[in-house]
Amino acid sequence: MLRIVVDHGKCAGLGMCEAEASDLFEVQNDGSLLVLNETPGEDRREAVIAAVESCPTEALSFVQE
Amino acid sequence: MTERLVIVGASLAGLRAAQAARRSGFTRPVTLVGAEPYLPYDRPPLSKAYLDDEVPKKPFFRTDEQLRAELDLDLRLNTLATSLDPSRRVVALSDGDELEYSAALVATGATARTLPGAEKLVGVHTLRTLDDAVAIRAALDAGARTVVVGAGFIGSEVASGARKRGLLTTVLEALPVPLVRSVGEEMGHACAELHRAYGTDLRCGVKVTGLESAHGRVTGVTLDDGSIVPADLVVVGIGVSPSTEWLGDSGVQLHERDRGIVCDEMLSSGLPGVYAAGDVMHFPNPLFDGELMRLEHWTNAAEQGALAVKNALNPAEAKPSAVVPYFWSDWYGHRIQFVGVPKADEIRVVSAELGEDKFLALYRRGDRIIGCISIDRPAQIMKYRRLIMQSQPWADALELAGVS
Repeated sequence: MLRIVVDHGKCAGLGMCEAEASDLFEVQNDGSLLVLNETPGEDRREAVIAAVESCPTEALSFVQE
Repeated sequence: MTERLVIVGASLAGLRAAQAARRSGFTRPVTLVGAEPYLPYDRPPLSKAYLDDEVPKKPFFRTDEQLRAELDLDLRLNTLATSLDPSRRVVALSDGDELEYSAALVATGATARTLPGAEKLVGVHTLRTLDDAVAIRAALDAGARTVVVGAGFIGSEVASGARKRGLLTTVLEALPVPLVRSVGEEMGHACAELHRAYGTDLRCGVKVTGLESAHGRVTGVTLDDGSIVPADLVVVGIGVSPSTEWLGDSGVQLHERDRGIVCDEMLSSGLPGVYAAGDVMHFPNPLFDGELMRLEHWTNAAEQGALAVKNALNPAEAKPSAVVPYFWSDWYGHRIQFVGVPKADEIRVVSAELGEDKFLALYRRGDRIIGCISIDRPAQIMKYRRLIMQSQPWADALELAGVS
């Protein structure tokens, strides 16, 4: 199973992940990031990878559990 | 022919290109050539956190070991590419070496423009490189009276860093309203307000005519009315020029205005196997009616670096670079974000219509939304970005904003 991991210390709320996968990520009004689904299905793997790679602050990663 | 990928430019686009090459299964040699003595590093923080934080973080993306071990890179730092010969498929380097390539990526970025005579003076800087940031930070820490020439985004971030330290700070802008060409008049006024609210002396419609100095060190900036603005630190933020001097004899097409490389939408330069990415190049963006654009944005460099290499290594399945431009800028603790393009038929300042403080404006071309700018609305900007990316109608953007 995929699990999305956010380093909130690094996250700057720039929203590139939301642009890649709005069903998984949403930047909040205070600039913090809410992960809408921390354990998306295998069918969202490509989107998760795209979101991780698009992050300008390298705050996102995922683990395989 | 040697199967080798040569990437010229070891900043974000170059690094992303190397990563994409390896990820796509390219196992042949990859050489990454960088003009600076440093490993690839992140530039946006240089004018932001690097100036502001008590202890600045090192901006390097990866260690030398990681780059060599994970990506198996042939790293050539502190090395300039001096020419590209498309008939021999060779990139020549400043150390005399010649690299044969099967595919080459030009990601040399751009060089900050400066004022005449600035190079000779201590205390005058542009802000593009890590060395620039180190010098500017040291001057700010020493309490410099700071003058920023050009009220663009990077200069404004430096002004913000100076005010954070309580320093006397002046921004000099030639235009009557800052940023009017890049974001429009209303937004320009909103940006001007931010400077004034935080105590920066923003002077618009002034022309800088020269630099004053004593004993090789800058002491002030001269204006066309004859007045002098005293300064210990002058930061020049008047734009950049694509770094293409080394390509002069290559036969590659350079733009008549700024000599950036002109590519097609697949990011090919037209020379066999030679692609380009990031600040150095123009490309026709299929998302915006094929408008030729050269973007100086982090996200664009990252996306294009990866895409250009994939296209170069597998031209049969090349994809066009359909990017939605996006940049952000942090001033005085406020975040400015822009998505899309500013050349619009109409700009609606939605926040004014709604009577809201936090700035929000939407840009219309024809019957679709093509741009959005906001201050301190991080939750909203990406929602407009999606509309722009999907070429959605203007009415949908107005509905999302809650106006008619």
